Amino acid sequence: MNLTLSVNGTSHQVDVEPETPLLWVLRDTIGLTGTKYGCGIAQCGACMVHIDGQAVKSCNVNAAAAVGKRITTIEGLSPDSSHPVQKAWLEHTVPQCGYCQSGQIMSAAALLQRAPNPTDRQIDDAMSENLCRCGTYLQIREAIHAAAKLGRS
Amino acid sequence: MDKIDLSRRAFIRTAVAAGGGMVLGFNIPATRDAAAATVQPELWKPPAGGVEVNAWLTIDADGVVTIRVPHTEMGQGGMTSVAQLVAEELDVPWEKVRAVLADANRHVTRGNEYKDMSTGGSNLVRNRHPHIMQAGASARERLREAAARKWGVDRAQVTAKQGVLTAGANRGTYGEFATAAAQIALPQEPKIKAYGDWWLLGKDVPRMDVAPKVNGSAIYPIDVRVPGMVYAAVRACPVPGGRLKSFDFAAVKARPGVIAAIELKQSKANLGNSDMRSAIAVVADSFYRAKVALDLMPIEWDLGPGAQNSYAAMDAQARDLMDKEAKHAEEVRGDPRPLLASPGGKVVTGSYARPYETHAPMSPPAAVANVTAERVDVWSFTQNVAATLLLAADQAGRSPKDVFVHGTFQGGAFGQGNAVDITRQAVELSKQLGKPVKVIWTREEDTAQARSRPPIWARFQAVLGADGLPTAMLSRAVGETFNPAYADRGIANMPYNVPHFRYERHVVPTNIPVGPNRAPGNNANGFTIEQYVDELALAGGWDPLEWRIKMTEGNERWQRVLLKLKEVSGFTTKLPRGQGMGIAVVESHGSTVGVCATVEVTRRGQLSVEKILVVTNSGYVINPRAANEQVYGCVAWELSHTLQGGLDLREGRFRNTNFDGYKLTRMADMPPVESVYAMSQDGWWGGFGETAGPPTPPAIANAIFFATGKRIRSTPILQHNLSWA
Repeated sequence: MNLTLSVNGTSHQVDVEPETPLLWVLRDTIGLTGTKYGCGIAQCGACMVHIDGQAVKSCNVNAAAAVGKRITTIEGLSPDSSHPVQKAWLEHTVPQCGYCQSGQIMSAAALLQRAPNPTDRQIDDAMSENLCRCGTYLQIREAIHAAAKLGRS
Repeated sequence: MDKIDLSRRAFIRTAVAAGGGMVLGFNIPATRDAAAATVQPELWKPPAGGVEVNAWLTIDADGVVTIRVPHTEMGQGGMTSVAQLVAEELDVPWEKVRAVLADANRHVTRGNEYKDMSTGGSNLVRNRHPHIMQAGASARERLREAAARKWGVDRAQVTAKQGVLTAGANRGTYGEFATAAAQIALPQEPKIKAYGDWWLLGKDVPRMDVAPKVNGSAIYPIDVRVPGMVYAAVRACPVPGGRLKSFDFAAVKARPGVIAAIELKQSKANLGNSDMRSAIAVVADSFYRAKVALDLMPIEWDLGPGAQNSYAAMDAQARDLMDKEAKHAEEVRGDPRPLLASPGGKVVTGSYARPYETHAPMSPPAAVANVTAERVDVWSFTQNVAATLLLAADQAGRSPKDVFVHGTFQGGAFGQGNAVDITRQAVELSKQLGKPVKVIWTREEDTAQARSRPPIWARFQAVLGADGLPTAMLSRAVGETFNPAYADRGIANMPYNVPHFRYERHVVPTNIPVGPNRAPGNNANGFTIEQYVDELALAGGWDPLEWRIKMTEGNERWQRVLLKLKEVSGFTTKLPRGQGMGIAVVESHGSTVGVCATVEVTRRGQLSVEKILVVTNSGYVINPRAANEQVYGCVAWELSHTLQGGLDLREGRFRNTNFDGYKLTRMADMPPVESVYAMSQDGWWGGFGETAGPPTPPAIANAIFFATGKRIRSTPILQHNLSWA
């Protein structure tokens, strides 16, 4: 079935079953591999993208449901890693293996959109959607506070 | 620690070079587009413009040094470590340093040119720094010699510093002399620098691999795309040890995009670490289509005798065995049994257990293979590209010289990358289909098929002397059949000076293959002996920290850690009910690490880990900042398995194979961690990548005891009732 998806400001015609999870359409059909597969059951957050500005686990949204929505992936967050969250992630050398970090960054960016100066409690709540097996949580917390400052300046 | 003058605002950038060879370093323009994920197999070649001074590095006309890293980057910072070790000796500005993954084919076909490409056992810095630094030192001396010959002076008169060669009024850059240096044979290779002569080692250096990991451009095996590639979803028998009986491809053949179903035959009866298990693969034009078809396809398995196995049965058997003397025994310091049996002695007994756990790297294993008439190309989940090359050659039936294993980042590995059969699966499928194939394991398949971290049971008995210290101790551990020796680590070689000490080990049978998992053995065993030591100390009227200091007298590395813990932790057993501090020390991978955990437990049993303090003695540390990141990660790793985790084995298979049932630490559970060093600097080097984990579980359990009066003898701790009155 032909669907039209708007990803990072570009319109893509894709020929997939309508129930295909958006995650696999992004990765295998469109070729945006920054969004990762980790569990397939909306538990780990490695596949986090923005849909109409909200953080959403793309393994849990089927392609048909994403038609007509504004989808942003890590590749579309900024053209040059200049989003405050990306800058803070670089500054605090947050990633270790890095595999979960696209999802972490998308969650953090959505958090700062609705809470520009989040408390630790707000960070805990928002970021507990994302698993990191390397255990970069402490650096993530620091980097989110730093990104909040960057966003204000 | 000093910080070197690296502007942290000069963000490290990356480029995905032609051919997929990722070059990491300062100020390389970032590129990021979808095509970057499509890699064209091609022969490895040095970066354009660079002169190869030796196998480890090239220098270009602008003085940019590109260092080839033989080891896998799986989040431990190995690319940065190798670059730092070489740059220390070469003496070159850090801004001019780049890192690329070294070529496995070259290594294998030129007599192990990089000595060892394996990545594990926390070995990279502690055991490989001599030959890695030697590569830098040897290149530097050749540059000096080249300059000396040109200027007609003695090599001793030529200074090599920060990429510049000088002798009197003569001056030249490394770039100018690289070609001449590459031709020079030295009568004798230089010695590497000693501690104290370092300018770069020991300083905080930001990791080189961060930039591609914040914009989605970092390539992992699961991201690799080769033109014409098809996708495979695989399933091995859900009960390890079982075999495929039949499958009905006709039932799913007509589904969109479905290409084939292929049986993967078990290669031998007793499987080694990377041998292929009996499995079935469904191949389609996208992974999702392959996965759905595999889920829908009727499959019959011969489950084998493993289907009778369960953790409950293993646990019952292990507890029974611990009452009996074991054949595998070692009298480390004389037989304790007569003293334990003598009437009137105060005997203290404690037993503990840990269940199966799994690695669950955030990237489920994936591999791409392209077997053609001319050559074999592989991108795979691995911690050793050279070993993977030989596996691929074996599976393809080809000469290693025609096999190319391409480096990628790894999305976590934690030991699993050393013991996995996914490379063979991908090569076999590509060979049979005549097309490039990408195999991805689902999370469920990964948990079911990963070589698990084994369970352990341990019981300790000791008799106390008049001073409250033990005079005799008997340790009896129970391991499992696949790698019983994991049960010994940290127990058979425990450091406490008990005059009579005997170690015994039993084995219980199982169908679950096991493999290395971040601090194997120690990761589970620390929980047993380091809680027992607390019980023993308290029974004899000793403070647990003072007991450890007393019982390790003369052991400088332990004393250094314990005295530092005493100095900085504020450890006390006198906190009000509901609060507790606990300590534990474990030596693994050459490092001695102490942890002080602070917890709070509400009357109703709600546990909160308030703080973890980690004191590490690894002898030396080359990059404190990166080492701290490993400390935090190790704590999070063991926190997962201490509080939650735990694989549920019933009817020969794990029942909680995804993150809804296998619960791991998340942001809200993560306490502050303080990392402190207490380095012996005595010529001995320990590891960092896995050593802060093992003391974390017993420190938390000991803290819970002081908070609640309850001794926690198994994990996951959150399954215990921690309420107190």
